[in-house]
Formats: sequence, structure tokens, C-alpha cells
Amino acid sequence: MKKKIWVNIAFQVGALVLALLSTTLLLLAAGAPPFQAYAAILKGAFGSAGSLETLLITWSPLLLTTAGVLITFSAGLWNIGVEGQMAMGAIFTTWMLRLLQETSLPPALTIVLGILAGIVGGALWAGLAGALKTFGGVNEIFGGLGLNFVSTALTIYLVFGPWKRPGVGSMSGTEPFDRSLWLPTLPDTELSLWSLTLSLLALVIIIVLLRGTHFGLRLKAVGKNPKSAFLMGVPTWQYSMLAFLLCGALVGLAGAIQVTGVYHRLLPNISSGYGFLGLLVSMLVNYQAVWVAPVAFFFAAVNVGSIQLQLMYKLDSSFSGVMQSLLVLLVLLGEGARQRFLRKH
Amino acid sequence: MDVELRDVHKTFGAVHANVGINLHVPAGTIQGILGENGAGKSTLMKVLSGFIRANQGQILLDNRPVIIHSPADAIRHGIGMLHQDPLDFPPMRLIDNFVLGHEGGLFPNRTTAARDFTLLASQFGFSLDPDAYVDALTVGERQQLEILRLLWLGARALIFDEPTTGISAAQKEKLFSALRLLAEQGKTVLFVSHKLEDVEGLCHRVAVLRQGHLVGETKHPYTTEKLVEMMFGKAISVGERNPCAGCEPTLSLHNFSAEDYRLKVRDVSLEVCSGEVIGLAGMEGSGQGLFLRSVCGLVRAVDGRISLHGKNLTGRSYHAFKRAGTAFLPAARLEEGLAAGLDLTEHFVLAEKPSGFFVNWEESRQLAQSRIAAFNIRGTPVSTVESLSGGNQQRALLALLRVPLNLLLLEHPTRGLDIESAIDIWSKLKERCKQGTSILFISSDLEEILQYSDRVLVFFSGKVTPPLEAAALTTEALGQLIGGKGWEDFALGKGA
Repeated sequence: MKKKIWVNIAFQVGALVLALLSTTLLLLAAGAPPFQAYAAILKGAFGSAGSLETLLITWSPLLLTTAGVLITFSAGLWNIGVEGQMAMGAIFTTWMLRLLQETSLPPALTIVLGILAGIVGGALWAGLAGALKTFGGVNEIFGGLGLNFVSTALTIYLVFGPWKRPGVGSMSGTEPFDRSLWLPTLPDTELSLWSLTLSLLALVIIIVLLRGTHFGLRLKAVGKNPKSAFLMGVPTWQYSMLAFLLCGALVGLAGAIQVTGVYHRLLPNISSGYGFLGLLVSMLVNYQAVWVAPVAFFFAAVNVGSIQLQLMYKLDSSFSGVMQSLLVLLVLLGEGARQRFLRKH
Repeated sequence: MDVELRDVHKTFGAVHANVGINLHVPAGTIQGILGENGAGKSTLMKVLSGFIRANQGQILLDNRPVIIHSPADAIRHGIGMLHQDPLDFPPMRLIDNFVLGHEGGLFPNRTTAARDFTLLASQFGFSLDPDAYVDALTVGERQQLEILRLLWLGARALIFDEPTTGISAAQKEKLFSALRLLAEQGKTVLFVSHKLEDVEGLCHRVAVLRQGHLVGETKHPYTTEKLVEMMFGKAISVGERNPCAGCEPTLSLHNFSAEDYRLKVRDVSLEVCSGEVIGLAGMEGSGQGLFLRSVCGLVRAVDGRISLHGKNLTGRSYHAFKRAGTAFLPAARLEEGLAAGLDLTEHFVLAEKPSGFFVNWEESRQLAQSRIAAFNIRGTPVSTVESLSGGNQQRALLALLRVPLNLLLLEHPTRGLDIESAIDIWSKLKERCKQGTSILFISSDLEEILQYSDRVLVFFSGKVTPPLEAAALTTEALGQLIGGKGWEDFALGKGA
């Protein structure tokens, strides 16, 4: 037993070392001095109050998308449509805010309604993917992928069409909302405690839901073996749909936060890859919800920190994505190798 | 082919599954490998067929030592294995399954393959359509396909792991004559089983395994008592039927009909008493499976009425039946009954009615612990179900049943289990009967049907006999009905 623990640690550490090694090779290949580059990432993420602020702003939507994806993962579903669901959340929030901004409704209420609309929008879009799977027999990976394209097209249509800025539409998005419709932020910063609190709260709720409740266990049973779960009395397709709706709601909330708390308008690429990054994080934590917060924090730090690489070494901003993907890939690989090793010994 | 194993050892962690096995099987022999569950039979055969590597020991084929790295390697050496559950591809055609595994370049030559297939099939008297899809076949037919495939790949020694479970009596006869033919052709047959009757009727020689050791070898003719003693280290006897207490109907069927894409079971009228056991006999795929699944709402009945304790459940869903106190135990334990990846505690929580929103894990673990002890399951509350052996999985399924239960439906409750486990399972089931639960069960083991049922329904291509008193039936009479003989005596109305 004790030996097994050491084997586990050895493989995990090995995977991390390998990830670091391959990233270093990549940096060398790109012509950047690796150690200075790592230092730059660290400095970029934690170097100043401003960078820490950006880090936290990046962290909250990632927490939400990861929490959402964990639910669908538990139910055995590959919800690739998270990106689209987040965009749809943002669209619904923008729509609600546009609708209410001219009325005499108090701004606080408008914001709340806007966020609720985002939650509903995300859930609806996820529900659509779920319905396609449940009633149409369309695999959720294909359905989600298709709906992602539709939501991107819809966002661009809205930004350049009906919701375009006075004059001419541009990639910089719709006309920003009035300051009264922004989520309140800490003085002299762009960090909203509201969005951070909401995200952490959502994550805690999901952890408790998955680990401690009958709902979570039944969801897991559906994910492991839907036939057996059905025979044990779990209404399986209803649970799958519920997983989609819950995930969509959380991801929609992430979209709503991007609109109300960060960009204050609708952008063509409002989901900015948070959905896919959430998928990566949940794979990396191996569906163990408690690890989501630190791992998502680390990913956010890499995202924020690698902006420095762009400035200093002219490396493309997608480099952070490469690093994150490499890490996930190698950790999954290490896990596979570990299981093979344990089977043999 | 002459097959010899020398001093084979295999360990899985702390478990010593094979301890220094020496076995020599000359060409043209049907060698029985007998032993209870977990005795090490399957492990030994998997070593021989390249599925797993032994820790120590030697394999000699025709007196030449060989090292077998994989199943593909084994077939290159002429060793093929038929696994207990067919490892084929149900959504594909027979011919594609047949060609799979053949090393014949990039493009398989289906025309030649189909010709060889038909030729081989006729040699053994198998009637298989090469263009049919495998998922439409019975287990017995899938077995026949696998035999042909292995022979075509050049197998000269064939291993059969529990081949008689799940196939009909007629298919068994066909299988046995095929095996005898193989032996006459000089091929070696290794026949793994825990069914004494099969081994006695077929094998030239028998080797018995117990707890990883080869404890003895004997030749035909055998004495049953001696074999049982070698298998278990002691003689055991089977229990008695206990008559059910007074009749209070639980399940009532009135002109009940169900159908699937293949056949229709028509106009069944039946009253099942509380505590009664009804055996459903018939060749695999004669309608008993369809009937059982329609009695719990998994398949919607097309006609007639069904009620449980007077409550009309006609046309209701499986979950409505479940709420009314019906439980269904499928034969495919890991595929339909249990969820691999979840541990026993989680299964017990899932099986109970959820109380409140949160799971009380401490209480659940204690519940799991007590049920594990009560049902004699070899495992712990945190054991995942796939780590349990077949018998323990079946016991776990029984342990998962809720306590007041009106109707229990079982598919092959003791399939693949040794005698001791089977007796154990039935004693648990009989306890249920004493509490008033009625049982309907499917089995292809006629002895089991006659031994444990109060009444029997026989199925033959969708036709159903009226309930027959088990005490008045014999194996022969039952066998005839299953084979479609003697049905004139029943006024069956329309029939199928």
C-alpha cells in the first residue's frame, strides 16, 4: 500500500517535470531564454497589485466554467458546447441590459435581472445540446460543436448588425453600457468582489452537490453506467438533461459576469476560450472538485503571466494555451502510464 | 497438438492464482479443467492463450518450448480461446467478424473467406448466415462463429471457458459433437467448466483445480462423488424445496401479450402466489426474456392486463413497477446491474430510497458493512464492484434489493457460479420467499428449474405452456417441451 503511494507520487512528479521540460524546449525553439521567460510569467502574474487584480478577474469565469463542466463530466457527458453556452449567457445578459437600460428600473435590479438572463441563456443553450442528445440521438460532442459555431455567428451578427455601435460596427463590440450598469468594483480597481464571491460560492455548491448528496451520487451512477443506474431506479435521461441545464446555468453566469463585470458590452469573442480551458482544468483535476480552485488559479496565472512573454519576446499570446495543454496532456499520459505500471506489478 | 504446461505460477498481488501447475494434454484429447469459481481455471487458460503472462513456468507445444506474448501470438502458435462472454463485435456482420484478426494484407478477401466460412460451417453442421449481424445471434450461435473463426485462423488447440452457460440444450449437443469432431481431427480441446454433468459426458480426461493448485487428474469413466470431493475438498448435497405458504396472489396477468422485433408472446394468464417461485424454461430467445422484461415494464406490453397486489400497472413504466415493489436482476451483472467504477457503499446508497438531500456516508458505510457480512460478499465497503468475482457480484446484487419486495424477477441467477455459491444464492432467495416475495426466474439449467420452482412456464418460439407443477415434471419431459415436442396436449388458443 505504502509502495503504491510512492508510485503515484513518482508518476505525478514525473509528468510535471516532463511538462516543464517540454515547455522549456518549446521556449528555446521559439528563441526565448527559458528561465527569464518563466520569471517573466511569474512576475506578470504576481509582480504587482495590478497583475494580481487581473489574475483574480481571470480566475472567476474559469472557476465557473470548470464547475459547470464537472457536473456534465460526472454524468458521463462531454459538454464541448461550453464556449457557446458562455457566449449565449453573455448575449442574453446584454439583451436584458439593453432592454432595461432606458427604463426607470433601479440599476441594481437591472444588473440582477441581466445576470439572471445570462444564467437562463446558458442553460437554454446547454439544454438544447442535451435535448439533441436525449431526443435526437445526436452525440453531445457534435451537438455542442455545432452550437458553438451557431453562437459565434449569432454574436458576430448582433455586434455588426442590430446591436452595432452608432455609425459602424467593429470588432471592439457593442456600445459600452452606462457605468451605473457595471458590477461594483473595489475602489481604484476593476476587480468585482461580487463576481469573485459568486464564482467561489458556485464552486462550493458544486463540490457539496457532487460529493455529499444523493443527486451527485445518482449523477455519477448515470455517468458510470446508465443502464444499471436506470435499473436501480434513477431516471437517467432526466438526470442527463439536468446536468446539462446546471452546467449551462453556471457557464451562462460566467458569460453574464464578463458582460456586467469585465467588458461592459458584448464582444465577438466574449467566451475567450474559458469554456475549453475549463474542460482542461477538470480533466487535470481528474474530476476531483476540491482541486478546481488551486488548479484554475494556476491556469489563470499562466494566462495572465504569459502576456509578458508577448511583450518581451514577441511570443504569440496563444503560447499560454500551448503550455496549459502540454501540462494536461502529459499529466493524463502520466496517469495512463501509472495504471499500466500498477497492472504489471 | 500436444500441449504441455510446466510449473506455471501466476500471482495477482497477494493472490497466488496458479501454483506450480503441471499439465500435459496429448493431441486429440478433450481435456476437462474442473474447479469452483476462483480456483484458477481461467487464469491458467489465459496464460496459455497469451492474455496474461505467467510469473514463472514453461509452455511446450508439440514438445517445443514457446513464449506466448499476446492472443495474436497464441493463434500464430495454433492456440485459440473462446471466452466465457463472446468477445465479438455485435454491430458487425458475421463475415466481418470472421475475417477480423486474419493477417491477410490490407484488403480482406471476403469472397474466399465466405467460401471457407460456409465450408467450415457445414463440416460442423452449424447453420449461420455470413451476412447476418452478430447482434441478432444467440450466445450459442456466437460461440459457433468464434469456433469457426479460430479454426480458420489455424487453431490446433482450442480452449473453451464455460461454454455451456447461456446456451440451449440443443446448442449444447451441437457444441459437444463439434468438440468430438475436433478431437477426432487430432486437435486438442481444453474444456473449462464447473458443471460436472458436462465434463462427465464429454471429456476424455479431467484435471481438477482447487485454490490455485492442480489437485488431481482422472480419466473417463468418473465417479461424481470423487470429482465433487476433489473440487471442494468435501462432499456437499443440494437443499430441499420448501413448499409455499397459502396462496395470496401477488402478480396477476390477464391475457398478457408482449412483443419485440423477433417474436410475440401471447395471451399469458397467470396468478402468482406470494412466496411462490416460477421457473421460466426454454431455449435462449424463446420469449422468456421478453416476457420477464415486460412483467416489470422494461418492455411495454402490447395487450392484456397486469397487476401487482391488486394494483393495476398495465402500461406503466419500469420505475412505476419498481415503486410498486418489483425488482429485476439482469443476467449481465456488470453491464446492466452494477456500475463499474462505483464502490459497494455507493451502490447501497443508490439502491435505497433516498432519505433527504444529503448522503449520510458514515451510516451508509455501516449499512454496507453489515450487508457485506450478511450476504457473505468477499469485499469491503470501498471495493469497486468490478474488482469482485462473479459470484460476489451476484451476491452484491441480491444484497442491493430493498427489503419489502413483492416480486423478484431474475435472469439466470446462478449463471457462471459454482455449486456452493449457487446453493448460497438460492438459500437467500428462499428467505425472500418466506417473507412473501414471489420469484420469477429464467434459467437454462433444467435441474435448477425443477429443483427450485413451484411451477414452471415453458417457452417455445413465443408459445407459452400453462403453469406446470414442478413436482410432477421430469427433466426429460421438460427437455421435450423446450425442444418443441408434446405441445399438442395444451389447448393454447391462437399460439404464435
